[in-house]
Amino acid sequence: MKKTILSFAAAAAVMSFGTMAAEAATKACFIYVGPIGDFGWSYQHHQGLEHMKKELGDKVETAYLESVPEGADAERAIERFARSGCNIIFTTSFGYMDPTNKVAGKFPDVKFEHATGYKREHPNVATYNSKFHEGRYIQGVIAAKMSKAGVAGYIASFPIPEVVMGINAFVLGAQSVNPDFKVKVVWANTWFDPGKEADAAKALIDQGVDIITQHTDSTAPMQVATERGIKAFGQASDMIKFGPTTQLTSIVDDWGPYYVERVKAVVDGTWKQQDVWGGMKEGHVVMAPFANMPDDVKKLAEETAAKIKSGEFNPFTGPIAKQDGSEWLKAGEVAENGVLLGLNFYVKGVDDKLPQ
Amino acid sequence: MRIELVKRPERSKLFAALSPLIALGLTLIAGAIMFSLLGKDPVEALYYYFIDPLREVWSLHELAVKAAPLILIAVGLSICYLSNNWNIGAEGQFVIGAITGSILPVMFPDFQSWIVLPLMLLMGIAGGAAYGAIPAYLKVRFNTNEILTSLMLVYVAQLFLDWMVRGPWRNPAGMNFPETRTFSPSAVLPEIWSASGRANWGFVFAIVAAIALWFMLSRTLKGFEVLVLGQSPRAGRFAGFSQSKMVFFAFLVSGGLAGLAGISEVSGAIGQLRPTISPGYGFAAIIVAFLGRLNPLGIIAAGLVLALSYLGGEAAQISIGVSDKVVRAFQGMLLFFVLACDTLILYRIRFVGASAAKTVEATQNV
Amino acid sequence: MFEDILITIATAATPLLIAAVGEVVVERSGVLNLGVEGMMVMGAVTGFGVALTTGSPWLGVLAAIIVGALFSLLFGFLTLTLVTNQVATGLALTLLGLGLSGMLGESFVGLPGIKMDYIHIPFLSELPFVGKLLFGQDPLFYVSLLLTAGVAYFLFRTRAGLTLRSIGDNHTSAHALGIKVIAIRYLAVMFGGACAGLAGAYLSLVYTPQWIENMTAGRGWIALALVVFASWRPWRILAGAYLFGAVSIGQLHAQALGIGVPSQLLSSLPYLATVVVLVLISRNRRLTMVNTPASLGRPFVPDR
Repeated sequence: MKKTILSFAAAAAVMSFGTMAAEAATKACFIYVGPIGDFGWSYQHHQGLEHMKKELGDKVETAYLESVPEGADAERAIERFARSGCNIIFTTSFGYMDPTNKVAGKFPDVKFEHATGYKREHPNVATYNSKFHEGRYIQGVIAAKMSKAGVAGYIASFPIPEVVMGINAFVLGAQSVNPDFKVKVVWANTWFDPGKEADAAKALIDQGVDIITQHTDSTAPMQVATERGIKAFGQASDMIKFGPTTQLTSIVDDWGPYYVERVKAVVDGTWKQQDVWGGMKEGHVVMAPFANMPDDVKKLAEETAAKIKSGEFNPFTGPIAKQDGSEWLKAGEVAENGVLLGLNFYVKGVDDKLPQ
Repeated sequence: MRIELVKRPERSKLFAALSPLIALGLTLIAGAIMFSLLGKDPVEALYYYFIDPLREVWSLHELAVKAAPLILIAVGLSICYLSNNWNIGAEGQFVIGAITGSILPVMFPDFQSWIVLPLMLLMGIAGGAAYGAIPAYLKVRFNTNEILTSLMLVYVAQLFLDWMVRGPWRNPAGMNFPETRTFSPSAVLPEIWSASGRANWGFVFAIVAAIALWFMLSRTLKGFEVLVLGQSPRAGRFAGFSQSKMVFFAFLVSGGLAGLAGISEVSGAIGQLRPTISPGYGFAAIIVAFLGRLNPLGIIAAGLVLALSYLGGEAAQISIGVSDKVVRAFQGMLLFFVLACDTLILYRIRFVGASAAKTVEATQNV
Repeated sequence: MFEDILITIATAATPLLIAAVGEVVVERSGVLNLGVEGMMVMGAVTGFGVALTTGSPWLGVLAAIIVGALFSLLFGFLTLTLVTNQVATGLALTLLGLGLSGMLGESFVGLPGIKMDYIHIPFLSELPFVGKLLFGQDPLFYVSLLLTAGVAYFLFRTRAGLTLRSIGDNHTSAHALGIKVIAIRYLAVMFGGACAGLAGAYLSLVYTPQWIENMTAGRGWIALALVVFASWRPWRILAGAYLFGAVSIGQLHAQALGIGVPSQLLSSLPYLATVVVLVLISRNRRLTMVNTPASLGRPFVPDR
């Protein structure tokens, strides 16, 4: 026992030397809401970390905490990072918004980057997000071309603006090809429960949809679609391995370039507060290769992607009617980012009532 | 070889004190082996796990923040378990307490006065107690198993909270994200000593509740009633105690304390309602209650230990890069050892060899 | 379409049924093991890993059963030999299982698994309406039915079953009659572990053939609830599991039809239904008293 205490003391001494020596490198720290093994949201952020580490090499040191619950634990986790010598901290879930800002106020020298939020209460807080809906529009175009039934199934997680935006973009894309196209929505009330997502996919297929898309994280719906012999879209990562003959394409969250850019800015001392909402143009949203579709559909999808990527076309361009038929956007009018980021209504053609 | 237990004539005071230390020792050894197998320096890992979180004042505050709901819920549960009422739905009572306690700051944000906070706490207690009364009523009236009903009601409470923060109580200025408005300063539970960290009065409530219930259990007739009805309902009936009333009493106390924990957490540590407000405190508290041997004072220590294992887990993740899963497995191991070593308090362990003659006393008769 | 919905319900119910039927044996012997979730997730990761490396889902199933049983031994040693508190030990087992499975499965994340083939019997499987439902499902579906029948037969029609139940009802008198209480409880706990492991393998090899951390997502708890729900009777567990499955799937269909009821309310239906049915069943006080193992959760130390 005595020996253990001694070695603890020795360890403590080593520790304090350790921190002194480490100050040369920039330390980038990440907080994930799920396990890095979720193969979805947190997994992709961790891939971004790995990419950044490879790009910047010796200049950075990294650390991460996974499965940090939103709520009281988040603040502690962020503060611990701030105290442990992190120079930049990425908090990668919406629920970390208030804790991030609170801790940022206490540590003005540390940079904070909060994903998907809108509060920047201190000059050392930046926010970033991705325009996933751009990819969903392209999916809608493909779905309308590929579907014989004229109706797609949409497995949704929670009714937050980002998800609603995705459903709307998907419908708009589909209607650009087939104005009568319909979407059935099932809320799984989870980001992550393979069994439930599989059940939702089966329920939708049994009700006659012949294309499945999802805004939940697991690969289960893709497998169900494969089994039932219909087509589907992947989510968050390229899921082609789970449906080699099924996946049409997938929206891949590629956080790597953003993380390289921002950490490098800290290394160079050029970091500034900003609010970035990057899409296909910035390379934050990448489409997995278009597959399992005829050449003409592929060509149309590629053209649509190119138009969005070049900035020539915005999916939320009028005329767009709301679900009840009333006008939302006039012809040629483009939705403001502020409205989109707080979106809580459907466009015409969605076969669901949005929880209010 | 076979292991046999011999009941001690009475609780061993020596092992009551020693068993946590033995458990810690065993955990350290097993942990060291595990970390070595993972290719980490075991001493360093254990240092981060158990010592690092205790080195700084802010971290001690965090320990109090994490331990407060665990202790508060667990002492209430101890009354339940001692009286043979298997409430495992404290998580739901926590959530409902948080919701009812938040009625004032969410629906009447302009009502700002010193009285808001006391009212919130009372409403939180009332909400948690009322939700706890459901399984109690079903048990008394229909003889329905309370383990199951209280557990099912947890899921219902969580979904109800989810619906509230996405629907009727959604923050009008929150960009349609699922959260309520942030509480006004008069609705926030103050920090005890804000200069050094963010521990709030919830921790004080926890300690007070633990001491009060300890006093009740060990010094009052009501406490005697709890113990008698728990150990032998027949004897309790002969003594004139009512089984039904005890069911309600236990559920109301534990539900009320869970509700208080809920509103304290929301008002003190979070500052608004969100779809998830608890990382499973209601379930972790069950472990805390048993780690503390269902003794309110023991529960204080147990709550702090479990909280430490969360904080230490984070420190280990950051500093030496062991993953969250290792942390959880390690937690499970710690619990196993603590539970196993507590056996020594009531029993002596004998290793019985293949031939009866080779019986070896493993521990001295104390 | 109707047949497909029934099959979906069967798939959702089968893992719950398997785990709950295992647990009923454990509880009938007087032991409450709340670690089902932990044993299940260990079974899921083992089944997936072994099937992937050997290419045989059946070997995966076998390994999951063995690992489930071994893992439950840990619980058995603590609660039976060292008489620790069963509730707390079960919870600790769940914690350990979730952590350990995550560690073991780290390299399996993102790999498509091996799906167990469905049964196909020429002619019979092609019958209209019922062919696929009765003769064309996954093999473990049939195993789950056989298991239920077997456990029901064992508990209520065999001498060994009677012995097991007598231990659960009163371990002291069973001991006095010379029954080896602890040894039989060990076997019961291991059987429960084996079933939980099998249920886990069902998740990672049939339901959703992949490995993701925490993929059991609370199903172990539902299985535990089903045991009480069924008042410790195997056939009622079957009914309960299918009812639970039907309500869960039904709410998804209701949503897909766009009926506009808050999804949270629909999601809570299975739980509310469980409570309601439970109240209805338990109103008959005598019936539940007869079925509840009286020694459930109580520690037992043989005196000499």
